[in-house]
Amino acid sequence: MPQRVSELAEELRSVVGEDHIRSATPQEAIDGVDPETVIEPGTSAEIGHVLEIADGAGIGVIPRGGGTKLGWGNPPRCADLILSTARLNRVLEHAWADMTVTVEAGCTVAVLQRTLAQHGQRLAIDPLWPERATIGGILAANDSGSLRLRFGSLRDLVIGITLALADGTLARSGGKVVKNVAGYDLPKLATGSLGTLGVITEAVFRLHPLPRQSRVVSFEFSDSAALGTLLLKVLDSQLVCSGLQYRASSGENAHLDVGFEGTAEGIAAQVEKLVRMTRLEPAADAGPQVWHIREALAFWLGGDSALVAKFSALPGDLGKVLERLVSLEQTHDLKWQMIAEGVGIGLLRLEATSEKLADIVLSLRTHLAGLGGSLAVLGCPAEKKSAINVWGSPADSIELMRRIKRQLDPHGILNPGRFVGGI
Amino acid sequence: MEARILTELRRVVGNEGLITQPQQLRTYECDGLTNFRVMPAAVVLPTSSEQVQAIVGLCARERIPFVARGSGTGLSGGALPIENGIVISLARMTRILEVDYLNARVVVEPGVINSSVTQEVAGAGFFYAPDPSSQQVCSIGGNVAENSGGAHCLKYGFTTTHVLGMEVVLPDGSLIHLGGKTLDHPGYDLPGVFVGSEGTLGIATKIILRIVKRPETIKTLLAAFDTTRQAGAAVSGIIAAGILPAAIEMMDNLAIQAAEASVHANYPNCGGLLLVELDGVTAEVESLMSQVREVCTANGAWEIRVAQTEAERIVIWKGRKAAFAAMGRISPNYIVQDGVIPRTALPKVLDEIEKMSGAVGLRVANVFHAGDGNLHPLVLYDRRIPGQEQLAEKLSGDILRLCIQAGGSITGEHGVGEEKKGFMAEMFSEPDLDTMQRVRCAFDPELLSNPTKVFPRPRLCAEKTGPYEPHPLEIAGVAEYF
Repeated sequence: MPQRVSELAEELRSVVGEDHIRSATPQEAIDGVDPETVIEPGTSAEIGHVLEIADGAGIGVIPRGGGTKLGWGNPPRCADLILSTARLNRVLEHAWADMTVTVEAGCTVAVLQRTLAQHGQRLAIDPLWPERATIGGILAANDSGSLRLRFGSLRDLVIGITLALADGTLARSGGKVVKNVAGYDLPKLATGSLGTLGVITEAVFRLHPLPRQSRVVSFEFSDSAALGTLLLKVLDSQLVCSGLQYRASSGENAHLDVGFEGTAEGIAAQVEKLVRMTRLEPAADAGPQVWHIREALAFWLGGDSALVAKFSALPGDLGKVLERLVSLEQTHDLKWQMIAEGVGIGLLRLEATSEKLADIVLSLRTHLAGLGGSLAVLGCPAEKKSAINVWGSPADSIELMRRIKRQLDPHGILNPGRFVGGI
Repeated sequence: MEARILTELRRVVGNEGLITQPQQLRTYECDGLTNFRVMPAAVVLPTSSEQVQAIVGLCARERIPFVARGSGTGLSGGALPIENGIVISLARMTRILEVDYLNARVVVEPGVINSSVTQEVAGAGFFYAPDPSSQQVCSIGGNVAENSGGAHCLKYGFTTTHVLGMEVVLPDGSLIHLGGKTLDHPGYDLPGVFVGSEGTLGIATKIILRIVKRPETIKTLLAAFDTTRQAGAAVSGIIAAGILPAAIEMMDNLAIQAAEASVHANYPNCGGLLLVELDGVTAEVESLMSQVREVCTANGAWEIRVAQTEAERIVIWKGRKAAFAAMGRISPNYIVQDGVIPRTALPKVLDEIEKMSGAVGLRVANVFHAGDGNLHPLVLYDRRIPGQEQLAEKLSGDILRLCIQAGGSITGEHGVGEEKKGFMAEMFSEPDLDTMQRVRCAFDPELLSNPTKVFPRPRLCAEKTGPYEPHPLEIAGVAEYF
C-alpha cells in the first residue's frame, strides 16, 4: 500500500506544487492507521484534481480541517493520503446586508466569526474548539452547540455547499439565498456525513445579528432529578433561551445554565420570570465561558480507562439517562460526567476499568435505543472501537445510505470504513 | 391500464379506494397549476402505510410510474399525473397519530391538513410553524414534498426545520424510517434530503413534526410608503438594526388593489405596503417594535398601524393571505411566480420587472416575503386576447431569469415540479444536476416515483440489478442513461 501513493507523487505534485505535498509524520496517524502522505491543495479545483487521481488509483483519502475530530468514527480501513483543507481558508464574501456569507471549508470557526463581527453579525453556532475547528470539519461532523436551541443546528444554517466528489466533480447545491427549494437539499446530506460523500470545499450560511446583550444564569442543585424537572419547565415556558445546558457528574452537584440574549429590558424580564418559576436564587452570573466547559469534556486525552461519547434523547428522557448512569456507578464502578443541552443532545465522559467500558456503553446504548435515542462513541482507544461499536446498530435505512455512498463514491476512497455500518 | 392490474389495486384498497371513471379522474388531472393537465390511468386512495406499500410494490413489479398527491394545491405541477401512470392520493390518510407535549413532537399521516396540526395543539399553547398561505387546505405530506415555507419562515424556518423523521415507502416498495423523534441519528441526514424532493424519492406515510410554543406576545405592524423602494429601504434598516422579525411582507399598489377588492382589509392606498410581525417575550417585543416604527418613519412611512388585538392582527394579515386569489378581481388570468433574490437586489429587480412589464404591456403585481427575498410577481393577462398567454409565460420566465442573474433561486417555496424544470439548467450546471440525480438513483433506480419532475433531462440509473429492460421514459425518448 505505501508504494501506491509514492507512485502518484509526481502527478500529485504537478497539481499542488512540491511545497504542498509531504510525507506524513507518525503523529498524524488516525486511530493507529498511518497515512503516507499529506497534501494541501490551494483551491477547490486542485482538491478536485487530487481526488480524481486518488480515485483512479483507489487510495484511501482522509479529508482534514483542523484535525480536532479525526478520532471520531471507526478506524479507517485504509488511510493513504491526508487531504488538508488548510489553505482554503478565506471568507469569500460576507454579504452582510443580505445576512449571508460564503466561506472556504478550511477557514476556522473563530476566524469566520471575527470577520462577521466586523458588521455586527455571526454564524449562530458555538461548536467545540472554534480556534482550531474548520467550517468543513464542523459541517462534516455536525457539531453545533448550545445555540441550537434557539437558532437551529448547522443543517438549518447552511444554505449552499460545494462538494468535491471522489471522481473530481465539483458539485454545487443550494445557493446564496436562505429560501431556496430548487433541487435536492444536498447541503443537508453533506452535513454530518463525516467526509464520506465528498470533500466540502465551500459553504454558504445564513447569518444572525450579534446579540446586543447576553447573560447566563446558573443554578446549582444537589438533587439532579429536580434540575431535570426544571429543565423541562423552562422548555415548556414562553421563555426564549439562547442556551440551556445541564451539567452533572458522579458524586457532584448538578448545574443548569440558562442563557438569554436580546435587549436589556428583555433579558431582565426573562431572568425575573425564571427566578419566579424556579423559586430559587441563581448562583452568581456565570460568564459566557460556561458554554465552553464541554470542550474539556469532549477532548479525549487517550488512555485505556476513559471514553467520550455523544448521545441523543428526548428532552423528557434526560432524567432516565441520568438514572442509568447513576445505577452504572454502583454496578460497574463508573465515574461519569455529562453535559446535555435542552434539545436532548449531550456529551458523556465515562471512566471505568477497560474491561467494563464496553459493557457500560452497551447498557447505555440499549437504554437509549429503547427511548428512541442513540449513542455514538467519539473518543476511545482505537483497538477497542470494534468491541465497543462506535455507532451502534445501523437503522433500517442503512442499505439506502450504502447506495447513496456507492453513487457518490463508488470506489469507496473517502474515509473508508469510518462511518455508520462500516461505510 | 390492464384489467388485472386494476383488479390487484382493487384488492388492496377496495372499490371505494380506486378511481377509473374518466369524469372522476378529471379531478386529478392537474394540481394548483391548471395549465398543465394529464389524465392518469387510475387513482388509488390508500388508508394505511401497508396499503401504500402494496401499491408501490405493484408499481415496482409492473414498471408503472406513480405520482403521490396530497391536497393538490401545489403551484408548480408537482402532482401532475404521468401519462399511463397512476396517482396515489394520500387524502384518506388523515389521522394525527401521536401528540407529545412534553417533548413538543406530533406524529401525523401525510393527508393531515397543515392548519389542523396547529388547531390540535393550540389549546396547549403550541403551534406548527410552517404556514403557507394555503394552510387551510394543503397537506403535511405535500408540505414535506415541497419543503413549504410561509410568511413566518423568516424566523421559524421551513418544513425541513420542523420534520424530525418519517416512515417512508421507497419506490421499490420497501418501508424504512428516516430520522426519528430524537435529533442527530447516526448516519446521513436522510430526512433533510427527502424533504423538498417533490415526490421523486418515495412516499412519506408517517411524519414526525416538531411543534413550537406560542410566543408570549405577537405584535403586527402595517406601514404605508409612497414607493416599494422606500419600503425596501425600511426592511434593510430593520435588518441592519439587528432586529429579526417573525415576518416581513411587502405588497405593491396593484396587489393592494386586488386585496381590497376581494377581502376589504382596509389597507392604505399606497405605493408600497409593509407588514412587520415581531414575536417573543413581551418586554423585548415592545422595545423592538418602537425601533421598527422609527425605522419605518425614517424611511418615509406616512401611516403606521399597530394591531392592538388578535382580531386586528387577523385583519392586517387577511389582505396579504388573500393576495393571490384576489388577483381574479383585477384580471381574468394571472401567472404567479416564486423567485428568490438577495434582499439587497430588490430595488433593482423591481425596477427591471417594471421595465419588462411596460415593454410587453402586461401588468405585474408584486407580493414579496421581504425578509428573505422571496418574490411573488403576479403576471396579469387575459387569455381571451390572442397571444397574451404566451407573452405572460415569457415575461414570467424572464423574471425568473432575472432572479438567477441576481444570485437568487428559481423557487423559494412552490417547488420546481413540471413548471420550472427547464430553468434548472440555468440555475445549476450539468455536474450539479448529475450529482442530484445520482442521489436520486440511490432512492429510485427504476425511476418510477414522479419521474418527469424537477430535472430537465431524467437520467436512468445504470447501476441497478436485474436484466436490462427499456424504461417507459426511454421508450418515449424522454430519458437517457448516465
